[in-house]
Amino acid sequence: MDHPHIFRDRSKSKILVGISVSIFFLIFGTVSLVFGDDWDKSNEDKWNAAFMETVAQGEKLFHGPQLGGNTVQCAMCHPNATNTHPETYPKFQKQIGKVSTLREMINWCIQNPLQGKPLAYDDPKMIALEAYIMYERRNSVLSPGKH
Amino acid sequence: MEEGKLSRKDFLRRTGGLLAASIVPMSLVEIACGGRGKGTHEKFTFAFISDPHLTHIKGTNFVRNFDSGLNKAIETVNLMFPRPDFVVFGGDLAQLGKREELDHGMELLSKLKVPVKYVIGEHDYYLDLGNYWQDKISKLNYSFDHKGVHFVVLNSILTYDTWIKRWKTPEERMNEMARLDNPNGSPFMVGDDQITWLKKDLENVKSGTPLVVLSHSPLYKIYKPWNFWTDDAETIQSILSRFDNVTVFHGHVHQVLYNQIKNISFYALMSTAWPWPYPESYTQSPNYIPKMTVFMNRQDPFHERDGTGWAFVNMDNAREEMHYKLWENKDRIVKYDDSAGHPVDSEYQKPESRILPQTHY
Repeated sequence: MDHPHIFRDRSKSKILVGISVSIFFLIFGTVSLVFGDDWDKSNEDKWNAAFMETVAQGEKLFHGPQLGGNTVQCAMCHPNATNTHPETYPKFQKQIGKVSTLREMINWCIQNPLQGKPLAYDDPKMIALEAYIMYERRNSVLSPGKH
Repeated sequence: MEEGKLSRKDFLRRTGGLLAASIVPMSLVEIACGGRGKGTHEKFTFAFISDPHLTHIKGTNFVRNFDSGLNKAIETVNLMFPRPDFVVFGGDLAQLGKREELDHGMELLSKLKVPVKYVIGEHDYYLDLGNYWQDKISKLNYSFDHKGVHFVVLNSILTYDTWIKRWKTPEERMNEMARLDNPNGSPFMVGDDQITWLKKDLENVKSGTPLVVLSHSPLYKIYKPWNFWTDDAETIQSILSRFDNVTVFHGHVHQVLYNQIKNISFYALMSTAWPWPYPESYTQSPNYIPKMTVFMNRQDPFHERDGTGWAFVNMDNAREEMHYKLWENKDRIVKYDDSAGHPVDSEYQKPESRILPQTHY
């Protein structure tokens, strides 16, 4: 049997689908250029620069007397942030008696050897200290929970 | 207090002292080991206290924790029986070379019941380039003989003039030198003047005489970024090469560390203030930590005195025996082993003999 109408309808619908798809990509493609993920190399550089600036602030705090009350500095016990082991946190800290974060340990050091006041966990100083510590331990193997 | 009467405080102090003295394992003093030394000398011991880093805060306030470390060392040395012939102070009495800190340190050290031989550290030196130290405390380099052993004290923390002139004020210079991980740091050295002096001092010393060199920085090269380093170490080593029995004791590194380079045995001291990590825990630059060293335990930050301590050295007829007294950990005895040809830890040298915390981080 011959079904010319059906064939004609199919080719018509193919054209329609083709047009719709083109319009879809035209609209969303344009929109994504304006509003979508705008990653490129220059942005990566910008974000890294922001991170390194925070590291530099952390380095200053780590080597200065301003965190504590007795002029003692973090770097006196931890040159280049050694023996901080950020890659092992969170971990069970025997002396605190629970699984603890690096920020809790930083505050312990500020309160005890440094005789200072603890920082809020979202304090930019705390974030800067954490950034410096993490940066100095770059390339260390991640070993969560290891004491 | 009236004469002949004991106050309650004094009574407690004295009986406490007796009790503590009975705990210190002094029988070890009599242990003799075989030796390569040709010289003969009387047996004696000397104690070693190093790196208290007393830190001035304001007025009459000092960092309590560092004061208590030095006081504890002084009290324990005073309890030694038999009493050591003298104490070697290994340097870094002050944190920033201030007169307040040096005066305070001398006041605390005046409680020692034996004479003190002083070695200067970089923290004592870089504020006024050693002036106050020389006026009030000690010469920067000197030598003495004791019971057949020749002792030489070197000021090993000098550095290049170009670096010294780089800083605007003495305070700035001191602060830069006080930062261990300073990328602007400058390596230590003994320097030409002292090398000339050393050669002359050793001219009339026979090669069989046991020779002990006391310095603040290690007279070999370990890790430059933290200044565990003496730039002209090889020159010093070559001057010492004709002696049969040479031992170098040094401070600065705040940890148990020993090494053998040709004819010279090296032993480091812990600090009474705080311990430092071993440089190999920071992998960004190559380090030359002696392979033979068994690391001391990583300290527990929740115990203030962990990883700190003092030492005494037993000089018998043959060789030195280094007794590391770690307050919150088991003592370590490291001594020269003739068959191995280098210092060996009497208990932990073999990997299978080490207890778990010797390797945990």
